[in-house]
Amino acid sequence: MKNLYLIAYLDLKESIRAKWFLVYSLVFGGLIALFFIAGVTESQVMGFSGLSRLLLMYIQITIVILPIFILITTVRSISGDRDSNILEYMLSFPISLKQYYWGKITGRFITVYLPVIFAMIIAVIYGAFKGADIPWSIFFLYIGVLFAMSATFLGIAFFISSFVKSSEVALGIAFFIWIFLLAFIDIALISLMMQQRVDEGLIIFISLINPMEIFRVAAISLFDPELTVMGPVAFYILDSVSQSTFMLLSIGYPLLLGLLFAFFGYKIFEKKDLV
Amino acid sequence: MIKVNNITKKFGSHISLENINCEFNKNESIALMGANGAGKTTLIRSIMGYYHLDAGEVLIDGLNPIKQRVEVLKHISFVPQLPPPIKLNIEELMQYISVSANVDKELMKHYANEMKLNINANLNKSFFKLSGGMKQKLLIAISLAKESDIIIYDEPTANLDPKARDDFYRLLKQNEKEKVLLFVTHRLEEVKDLVNRQIYMDFGKIVPDERF
Ligand SMILES: Nc1ncnc2c1ncn2[C@@H]1O[C@H](COP(=O)(O)OP(=O)(O)OP(=O)(O)O)[C@@H](O)[C@H]1O
Ligand SMILES: [Mg+2]
Repeated sequence: MKNLYLIAYLDLKESIRAKWFLVYSLVFGGLIALFFIAGVTESQVMGFSGLSRLLLMYIQITIVILPIFILITTVRSISGDRDSNILEYMLSFPISLKQYYWGKITGRFITVYLPVIFAMIIAVIYGAFKGADIPWSIFFLYIGVLFAMSATFLGIAFFISSFVKSSEVALGIAFFIWIFLLAFIDIALISLMMQQRVDEGLIIFISLINPMEIFRVAAISLFDPELTVMGPVAFYILDSVSQSTFMLLSIGYPLLLGLLFAFFGYKIFEKKDLV
Repeated sequence: MIKVNNITKKFGSHISLENINCEFNKNESIALMGANGAGKTTLIRSIMGYYHLDAGEVLIDGLNPIKQRVEVLKHISFVPQLPPPIKLNIEELMQYISVSANVDKELMKHYANEMKLNINANLNKSFFKLSGGMKQKLLIAISLAKESDIIIYDEPTANLDPKARDDFYRLLKQNEKEKVLLFVTHRLEEVKDLVNRQIYMDFGKIVPDERF
């Protein structure tokens, strides 16, 4: 355990110094600042107002950009260290591959998770300071959703990084996964739906295998269904399972998916040469 | 101590090591030589447990360096052929090593000092920003500070100035007792006083094996 902490800690320190981390933190912090400057909390649109509206906008944008951020910055972590012979030296010390791999993931997880959470906390504090009501349930749900989201895409990124050779290919795969989950699945399902030959339940099920869709539905699941403009998937889901079941599912399933990918990544890492 | 049993390592169709057999024992200091591409680095990496071999196995004190890597690597000091572009700063790198391998930081500094490398002035510098020779000096200092039974050097002197080479050989001379020293080199005359065995490799095979 000592070595795992050590590796996580040093990876965290190294990341915090990196330029991408600065950009990353500025984007999420800037987003919140922008919302306040634009007066999002004061406007009343479609029934939700104040901080809950701000948090909703924040998470909707985060669902789009967080995955690609994580994928791009992490997709070369293991294979990059292998190609540059960093593993050759760093693993010449008595550290197990398990500790090294999971230590790296832990460090990276903290690096990507903290800024997005931190931005949200600042928003809540600042909002409360300005006299807005704090929507606690939404706040805690989003903390969970962001946790699961970070885990999913970090797992996928480490999985890719365990085997991919060149950085071009790695980036290509990262972009493909992102755009695939973001749009392609939906487009394909919409065209299926329009043909009206496939069972509705099946289509909903397929769309919910997609963690990105789960996050989208989860983001609006606490808002009054009468007031929100939600897609058919969200409506169907929130209509057919209870809110709390869905909330558990929306955090548990992506988390499991991320762990699974990370685990397969570890298996590949273990099987491959270290240089 | 180190037993190399019939190992073969291929990269695609290229055979880098072909049925290598050898044994290295305590108090042996071996110069490992051979043309570029002969397979020296590949042999060393196989001993370190970095490669999944196509055939054969390496045993270090009876242990497999892949399956029991933690136990095995506790007893090995290693300096690679090329210092890698590690982004950690010197302080962090020393922390990594002192925690994971139980090496005394002060001892690392002591040997760095002996190698004429001023660590304290560079503690916050990223490792990859050091000059090539400074990197090698630091890695050598670390390898000397780590208490090991086996010392493996893959041409560690390539970037060192003549003065630093002398320092290095002097320190190594004090340190090689009761150990296995495996030293890849292209300049036998430099390490003559240090080694008592020579091995030549060519096209993935070991040619003659002279002890003296
Ligand atoms: N990862 C790899 N993929 C493909 N071929 C490799 C790989 N590593 C080594 N080789 C090949 O194996 C052979 C032996 O390489 P090795 O690095 O062991 O040589 P060497 O004796 O250390 O040479 P040098 O004196 O130049 O350091 C070379 O032909 C090299 O091209
Ligand atoms: Mg070599």
